[in-house]
Amino acid sequence: MSAVNAVGWRPEMGPAQHPEHESSPHLTASGDKGLMLEEPLIFELGRPGSTGVDIDAVDRAVSPALARFRRKAQAALPGLTEPEAVRHYTRLSRQNYAIDLGPFPLGSCTMKHNPRLNEKVARIAGFADLHPLAPQQTARGAYEVINQLAEWLITLTGMHGVAMSPKAGAHGELCGVLCIKAALEARGEDRKVMLVPESAHGTNPATAAFAGFSIENIPATAEGRVDLAALKARLGPDVAGVMITNPNTCGLFEREMKAICDAVHDAGGYVYCDGANFNAIVGKVRPGDLGVDAMHINLHKTFSTPHGGGGPGSGPVVLSEALSPFGPLPYTARMADGVVHLVEEEDAATMGHSQSFGRMAAFNGQMGMFTRALAYILSHGADGLRQVAEDAVLNANYVLRSLEGVLEAPFGKTGPCMHEALFSDENFPEGFSTLDVAKGLIDEGFHPMTVYFPLVVHGAMLIEPTETESKAGLDRFIASMRSLAARAKNADPSLKTAPHFAPRHRLDETQAARKPVLSWQGG
Amino acid sequence: MRYLPLTPADRTEMLGVIGAGSVDDLFVDVPAEARLAGPIAGLPLRATEMAVERHMGALAGQNLSAGQAPFFLGAGAYRHHIPASVDHLIQRGEFLTAYTPYQPEIAQGTLQVLFEFQTQVARLFGVEVANASMYDGSTACWEAIAMAGRITKRKKAVICRGLHPHYVATARTMAKFTGDTIDYKAPKLEAEPDTSGVIAAIDGETSCVVVQYPDILGRIPDLAAIAEAAHAAGALLVAVVTEPVALGLLEAPGHLGADIVVGEGQAIGVGLQFGGPYLGLFGCREKFVRQMPGRLCGQTVDAEGKRGFVLTLSTREQHIRREKATSNICTNAGLCALAFCIHMTLLGGEGLEQLALVNHARAQQLAERLARVPGVSVLNGAFFNEFTVVLPKDAREVVRALADRQVLGGVSLGRLYPDEAALAHGLLVTATECTTAEDIEALAAALEGVLA
Repeated sequence: MSAVNAVGWRPEMGPAQHPEHESSPHLTASGDKGLMLEEPLIFELGRPGSTGVDIDAVDRAVSPALARFRRKAQAALPGLTEPEAVRHYTRLSRQNYAIDLGPFPLGSCTMKHNPRLNEKVARIAGFADLHPLAPQQTARGAYEVINQLAEWLITLTGMHGVAMSPKAGAHGELCGVLCIKAALEARGEDRKVMLVPESAHGTNPATAAFAGFSIENIPATAEGRVDLAALKARLGPDVAGVMITNPNTCGLFEREMKAICDAVHDAGGYVYCDGANFNAIVGKVRPGDLGVDAMHINLHKTFSTPHGGGGPGSGPVVLSEALSPFGPLPYTARMADGVVHLVEEEDAATMGHSQSFGRMAAFNGQMGMFTRALAYILSHGADGLRQVAEDAVLNANYVLRSLEGVLEAPFGKTGPCMHEALFSDENFPEGFSTLDVAKGLIDEGFHPMTVYFPLVVHGAMLIEPTETESKAGLDRFIASMRSLAARAKNADPSLKTAPHFAPRHRLDETQAARKPVLSWQGG
Repeated sequence: MRYLPLTPADRTEMLGVIGAGSVDDLFVDVPAEARLAGPIAGLPLRATEMAVERHMGALAGQNLSAGQAPFFLGAGAYRHHIPASVDHLIQRGEFLTAYTPYQPEIAQGTLQVLFEFQTQVARLFGVEVANASMYDGSTACWEAIAMAGRITKRKKAVICRGLHPHYVATARTMAKFTGDTIDYKAPKLEAEPDTSGVIAAIDGETSCVVVQYPDILGRIPDLAAIAEAAHAAGALLVAVVTEPVALGLLEAPGHLGADIVVGEGQAIGVGLQFGGPYLGLFGCREKFVRQMPGRLCGQTVDAEGKRGFVLTLSTREQHIRREKATSNICTNAGLCALAFCIHMTLLGGEGLEQLALVNHARAQQLAERLARVPGVSVLNGAFFNEFTVVLPKDAREVVRALADRQVLGGVSLGRLYPDEAALAHGLLVTATECTTAEDIEALAAALEGVLA
């Protein structure tokens, strides 16, 4: 079939289709450029009625009872043969940047190397080919994995319990906030306000709102930390709690965390800690020792389960003694005889967990992430995890001090950063901004840093190198950043049109949102 | 340590550049009394790759996996054969180790996959648009209820008796906190779903009717009749599909009047994985797209006029809208969506229909054989690849006794509904293309032994 699309590249599109580039020596008849390969959609490649899977032949008639529900027409989806499909997705994969290709310094996202051992163990049939409702006597090893990981998370954070079922960080936040709400209800209190700092991840206020709280901001000090005096002034009988990220999104440790927790507890509230940045402190300090009541741990950040182009995540939530009774079902428990048991709705009451707020999702949590995270933790051990935090913080401070001469570092003067270094575009000339540096980094062969977050800094550039970058790799990145900072300061016009060497140049996001095309419109 | 590239010499040199005497100086903001002096006592230290693999392998060995025994479990998680190329492709580092495609110039691979995935899901469900996936079917189901509430400005959801009880529990958990009303009763052991009961529960306060298709007992509800009643009352129909392979044979919910269609995508490409990670499918009519939760990928052009893809309509999302967002969801199930997309690309509409036909044929063979086991009866009128049998005793005990005989015989309704004594004799059984004639005979023989 013809692979025609009104706006895009198509196989028959030659130089003549681009009159403005007619004389360019850089165009090809195929649309491909060496190893830079263009690729149509499967709908433009496939043939209707074909399939790439060989299936045992059966009678096309169905049981009389089912016949009246039968689909009138097959779903209009092409089927590609294996060679076509493998080539299609392999070609597409080459249009992606990835940690396997180079540094991915997205602040707050923790893009560290994903060990392949973890992929291997997750695929052992005893885990990968196990049904979530398998009879308990046939799934003991799976419960044991969940429980061993739970024990590690409790010990590393110094907390009382852990809810393993949340599916991702934001789902973990929801779990923690629901525990707070359930605990308040158990006390007969209806506190409606959740305090959230301006610098928080957007998920924090969204989660609290999703759970029915109203949101109020906590101001920050000039140093980029929670303003304790302002927080204390706002606390009262209507405040359910606070949601604080520590280390925070400016890459700084909240020095007053213990005092914050004490003040919130004195006022009858609870402290939710966003643990997205736990990788900076794992093995160095336990949040439980500071007074935190609930904290989610992004297994895909601190414990290196792969990000997979946007998920799946996994967000276990460690809980204080005050909140543990309210945690969700199901959960695992090691019995007196040492065997791990899965506690579901059936046994919640007899196991003393009748105050549970209930179930957050079907089945038992992100098992495929648990096996990977446990393999990662066992590989590092208590000593290696501590080294992880130390190297992550060392790498970030190395970047901070190597770039503060050429980029504005808003909090650089007041001390070291934790696992990420924050810069702003404050001293750029008119017309140049963080976006230009980010797009320039693409041409330099790096993924950009997190941009325009946190919101408390002008044109934020948040750089998180992680512990899995070598010094030589960091030096290359720093050299590129210094070059880009100089080009921005010199108002180099070629930076405004970067990237020049990527599969696509700046994409029109306004058009995408104004007239959304969310699926292929061809027949 | 094999994952940490810095050498002791690097660390010393870097501390010199930073101007710090030791790495502990970098942790100066952590209160001294809370700082740990060394590795936490009592925990194991670093281990070799071989040692970790051995440990994990031993744990895996304690489980009886689906491939090791005659296997008939379903109830929202289905065992299907996954072509080898699917797992090969999702392990390419460019997909596996990429982040959310926030920099579209260097993420067209992920973005084009999402656009293909959205199109596949929309066409499978018979709706105009689908998002880039949610966590799983159960959370997608609650998100659909919440979305229907935003659209209709009503707070009561009528849930059919046949919705997966974990999905009901998830919705109830959320509704407790949001103040929504969930109108739900447990199913009865009847051959057909309770269509008239659902319709009778719809009133002027109803935001949506939630109907699983096929339902938890494997029965097939009359979506068109329920859609008509819902629409007449100004409510939306939310259809929930936990076994998407069924849509190779059954009419798409969107074609029967469903306004929002959600589901569990695990059956296509993802594998059992003891319950997660899975992927939530979420589709709806185009007019509701701005009330949709989750990531969306859209088509656009780049500065040279070439077609390209970006994440779009993000003004619905938490990182822009914060507490006013349509959902707090931040991730999608990216890699699982990729696996679904590749498997569906191999199948196509034709392969999906063939696959569904094989599933249905195997399930009929299973039903015919189990009906001949003394004391066992098949409950369902119609079914696709899963149905309910009624046993002469508590099915929980039977499942355990079958497992002792190395047969994974199904999911007891007693486990799913511990408070419903009337369902205790019900057993859910599923057959897929993986089920052989020998498996069916093994289950029947073991059941005859256990019930004798």
